[in-house]
Amino acid sequence: MTALGALLVRDMRLAVRVGGGALTGVLFFLIVVTLVPFAVGPDLVLLARIGPAILWLGALLASLLALDRLIAMDYEDGSFDLILTARTPLELALAAKALAHWLTTGLPLVVAAPLLGLLLNLDPRATGAVALTLLVGTPALTFIGLIGAALTVVLRRGGLLLAILVLPLTIPVLIFGVSASNAAIVGPVPFGTPFTILCALTLMSIVVGPFAAALALRQGLD
Amino acid sequence: MRLVGSDLACVRGGRQVFRDLNFALGAGEALAVTGPNGAGKSSLLRLLAGLLRPSEGRLALEGGEAELSVGEQAHYLGHQDALKPSLSVGENLRFWGRFLGGAAAAADTKALAAVGLDELVHLPAGYLSAGQRRRLSLARLLAVPRPIWLLDEPTAALDTAAQGMLAGLMRAHLADGGLILAATHGPLGLDKANELRLGRGR
Repeated sequence: MTALGALLVRDMRLAVRVGGGALTGVLFFLIVVTLVPFAVGPDLVLLARIGPAILWLGALLASLLALDRLIAMDYEDGSFDLILTARTPLELALAAKALAHWLTTGLPLVVAAPLLGLLLNLDPRATGAVALTLLVGTPALTFIGLIGAALTVVLRRGGLLLAILVLPLTIPVLIFGVSASNAAIVGPVPFGTPFTILCALTLMSIVVGPFAAALALRQGLD
Repeated sequence: MRLVGSDLACVRGGRQVFRDLNFALGAGEALAVTGPNGAGKSSLLRLLAGLLRPSEGRLALEGGEAELSVGEQAHYLGHQDALKPSLSVGENLRFWGRFLGGAAAAADTKALAAVGLDELVHLPAGYLSAGQRRRLSLARLLAVPRPIWLLDEPTAALDTAAQGMLAGLMRAHLADGGLILAATHGPLGLDKANELRLGRGR
């Protein structure tokens, strides 16, 4: 546990220090969501209707931004070699890294969402629903992203390939995140139905993500 | 404790780097791996650290902890120093100490003093020179006790005084019953070291 705690603390420190990527995601989220009312126009009813979808799309794209640093940084400077010689299973080490990544890039999106809800004319109830679905859904984005990050590191292709690999896999999370938010606002489906599926998707990705990423990295040893 | 490699072969990128490689190393012994560029010195060390899989042959540590792999009982000091520029010298070492072996904070202080970096504890590692970064990587080997040291050109970037310091640290490790495998082009400064010579086309 000491080892995993140390890794968690280190990754969070790196994210918030100079050159870390903690704030870029939130700023991107802020910009995307702020641009929407300018593009759509001051139609308050329309904004309120598409608000949850905009917030979810913004969060999805923002969560991709820092993803290529998740494993690549350690891979490039040799830290990854040492992580492999540690007695901690690689799967757990990757899970700790993903958790640190979510705490520094995913959680700020959840915190920012209620503020941005104001810009999209969302009432408090709708804002609460979106924030709750983001809180439950963003870990899934990070842990699915972990698989993509591992694959792109192994293939030595960064950037766009990561987005192309990860985005299709996140479609279910997006669908159920938005439909749970909408269910809470307009119905007719009860909130619980899509929300429970969203929870299941997150739990599944937390279990599958670290194992799949570790498998990819072990295959790519060279 | 005895590290034995038998009939090891390594293929990288479709090219046979070496094959039929045999060696044995007992406690308190050092092995200098020499050979021209591209002979597979680094590949051999990465293979021992578990970072590459041998395509043939086997590797065993007799008298080690049975449930751990050879790599998990070894320190690997590669060309890259695994230091984060935005973390301080102390934080970098503290992290690897805790992550690799749950080392106590007191071990860090001693290790930093041994490599002569104790006055720079709070300096971000990004400001260190190449030689100082190398010393900080060496401090990791002292902070977490592990029996096998795998050193890839350990003297690179070190000045004469630091090379003497490294030789002293290696002697102390051997005297404690440790094992050292070092890929090197120059002398290691050890009194007795066996040599494993790799060559092209073996």
